[in-house]
Amino acid sequence: MAIFLNSGSRILVQGITGQEGTKHTRRMVASGTNVVAGVTPGKGGQEVDGIPVFNSVGEAVAATGADTSVVFVPPKFTKGAVLESVDAAIPLCIVITEGVPVLDTAEFFQYAQNAGTTRIVGPNCPGVISPGQSNAGIIPGDITVPGRIGLVSKSGTLTYQMMYELRDFGFSTCVGIGGDPIIGTTHIDCLAAFEADPDTDAIVMIGEIGGDAEERAAAYIKDNVSKPVVGYVAGFTAPEGKTMGHAGAIVSGSAGTAAAKQEALEAVGVKVGRTPSATAAIMREIMSAL
Amino acid sequence: MDLYEYQAKHLFGVHGVPVVPGEVCTTPEAAHEAARKIGTTVVVKAQVKAGGRGKAGGVKLAESPDEAQARAADILGMDIKGHTVHRVLVTEAAEIADEYYVSFLLDRANRCYLAMASVEGGMEIEEVAATKPEALAKIRVDALEGCTPEKAAEIADAANFPAEVRDQVIVVLEKLWDVLVKEDATLVEVNPLVRTPDNRIVALDGKVTLDGNADYRHASHTDFIDHESADALELRAAEFDLNYVKLSGQVGVIGNGAGLVMSTLDVVAYAGEEFGGMKPANFLDIGGGASAEVMANGLDIILGDPEVKAVLVNVFGGITACDAVANGVVQAIAMLESRGAPVTKPIVCRIDGNNAIEGRRILTEAALPIVELVETMDDAARRVAQLAAQGA
Repeated sequence: MAIFLNSGSRILVQGITGQEGTKHTRRMVASGTNVVAGVTPGKGGQEVDGIPVFNSVGEAVAATGADTSVVFVPPKFTKGAVLESVDAAIPLCIVITEGVPVLDTAEFFQYAQNAGTTRIVGPNCPGVISPGQSNAGIIPGDITVPGRIGLVSKSGTLTYQMMYELRDFGFSTCVGIGGDPIIGTTHIDCLAAFEADPDTDAIVMIGEIGGDAEERAAAYIKDNVSKPVVGYVAGFTAPEGKTMGHAGAIVSGSAGTAAAKQEALEAVGVKVGRTPSATAAIMREIMSAL
Repeated sequence: MDLYEYQAKHLFGVHGVPVVPGEVCTTPEAAHEAARKIGTTVVVKAQVKAGGRGKAGGVKLAESPDEAQARAADILGMDIKGHTVHRVLVTEAAEIADEYYVSFLLDRANRCYLAMASVEGGMEIEEVAATKPEALAKIRVDALEGCTPEKAAEIADAANFPAEVRDQVIVVLEKLWDVLVKEDATLVEVNPLVRTPDNRIVALDGKVTLDGNADYRHASHTDFIDHESADALELRAAEFDLNYVKLSGQVGVIGNGAGLVMSTLDVVAYAGEEFGGMKPANFLDIGGGASAEVMANGLDIILGDPEVKAVLVNVFGGITACDAVANGVVQAIAMLESRGAPVTKPIVCRIDGNNAIEGRRILTEAALPIVELVETMDDAARRVAQLAAQGA
C-alpha cells in the first residue's frame, strides 16, 4: 500500500524538457516509475524518451490520467506551475524546486487549501519514494529496498543516509518534506498517513533545528500514533541565530533548538538517536522485536 | 537577511509608512552635520542587528550638533552583544505620548501570515507577550487575500487602538503589509509605533527580514548587504556562491545537503569529546554540484581559516556522483598547489551513495599522503577529530 505513492501512481513531470526535468525523469523511469506525461508550455506535441509532452497540466491529465505531478521548473515559474496543477485537481503535487520565494509558497499553499483537491509536498524537497513501487522526485532508487519502515524527513541527504543505514530492513515510503519555512506536507501529515498504512510497522522521523514542527509532531504522536516512532534531530551543535542552508533552520531563543525538540519527542515516548547510526540502531532493535 | 534600522526605515519611507527624518552617519563629524540640518533635538542611535540597544547605552538624546557629535563619538565603535557599531542613525527626536507595537510575520505552523499588535509597545513587549497575552492581538492574514482595509481594521480593533489614532493605524498596517509583499519580507516589525502629543502616528524603530530566495526580483536589495559586520571568510564564500558559516572549532567540514552537514557537525563534536574537545570549525554545504572547482573553492575557504587543523569531507551521493566528488578532491589539491598554497593539513573523506565504489577507487589510486579514506560517518568523524587534536 505505502503512503501517497504506490505502483498505481501515474506521474506527470512539470518542466520535463528542462535539463533537470529530463535527467530526473530518466532516473525515475529507470527505478520503475510510471511516468505518463510531461508538461512544458509551448512544447506540446514533443516527446521525451517516448513520454508525451503537453502544453498544460489540464491537457496532460485529460489525455493520460496523470494523478501525481513532480515540479522541476525554476523558482520564478514554480508558483504558476503549482497553481496549474491545483486547477487541474491533481491529487498530489511534489515540488522539488529549491529557492522559491516564501511569499509564492504561502500563496500556492493557500490556493491548494482553498481548492481542497491537491496535496502539496515541498518545495525544496527530494520527493517521495515507495521503494519497488514508484519514485517521484530525485531520491536515488537504489539506496534501499521495499520494507515496512516509514520515513519522514526535512533534509534530502539525511533521508538518503537513513535509507542507507536501514537498507537491511527497507521502507514502505520515504517522504522528503523539505526544509523551507512553509511546506505543503508536514511531519504530522506523514505520521497520520503512516499510522493508517497497513504496510508500515514503524516510523523514523528526521528533523532539524528551527521552527517548532518537531514539537508539534510530538504533541500529535502522544494522542494519535500507536506505531513505534524513532526520532533524529540534526543541529545540536549549531550556534544560535545562524541560518544553515535551509531558510527554516533558524534558532531563536530556546524554542527550535535540537535539545528542545529532543526533549519534546522523548517526553511522549519517542526514542531519539544522537547520530544517524545510533538512530538506525534503535530502529533495528524495534523492527527485530516486532 | 536582517536589515539595520536605517535600512528598514528606508523601505518604510518608500512604501509610505510614516518615519521621522534622519541620516545615517559613520563619523562624529557627519553626526554633527546631520544634527545641524535636522535643527531640533536629535536621537543618536547605534545601528546594530541586535535588540536591547537602548539598555546597552547605544541610544542617546542630543540637544545640539556639538552634543550629537560627542554622543556619536561615544557610540561609534561600541560593542553591543558582540556587534561593533559602525554607523549611527541621527534622527529627529519625536515627542512620545504612547508607544504601540505592530508586526507582520510568517506563521510557519499555520502556513499563513500573522499580524500582531498591541497598545502596550516599547521595550517590554516581550514581557507583555509572556505575561499578558491578552494585550497582544494576533490575527491570521491569508496570503492570497492580504491585509485589506477590513483586515487592518480587524487588527486595530482587536488591539484596542484608541479612536483618535485608529484610522491612521489602519493605514499604517496596510502600508506595512505593502512592505512585506512588495519587498518579499518575512518579518516587518515596528516597535515602538508612537503616538505624538498632537496625535500623529510615527514608526520610531523598525525591523525587516528579507527573503533571500526572492532576491532575483529585487535588484536593489544587494545594496543592503553588510560588508563590514560579516565574517571575511563568509563573504568570500558568498562570492563563490557557497553556503558557509564560520564556527569556532578546529575541524573543517565539507558536505552535501544542509541536513547532512548539520548532522556531521554534531557527529564531529561528539567524536571530538574523546580528543580534548575538538569541535567543527565551520558549516559548508557544497550542494548538488561537487565539481573540482566547487571543491577547490570550498577547501580553499576552509583552509583559509587558521584555526582549522584537519578537514572532513562527508558526502552521501544522491544526485551528486561520488566519482565527481573524488575527482574534485584530487583536482582541488592540485589546483591549490598550483595557486601556491599547497595543502598540508590532513583531509579525511567519507563518500557513500551514487558511484561510491568508483569514487573510492579514484582516491585510493591518487595515493595522496594527506588524504585518508574512511568507511563510515562515525569512524570518519572520530579519525578527523583525532588528527585535528594531533595538529592542534
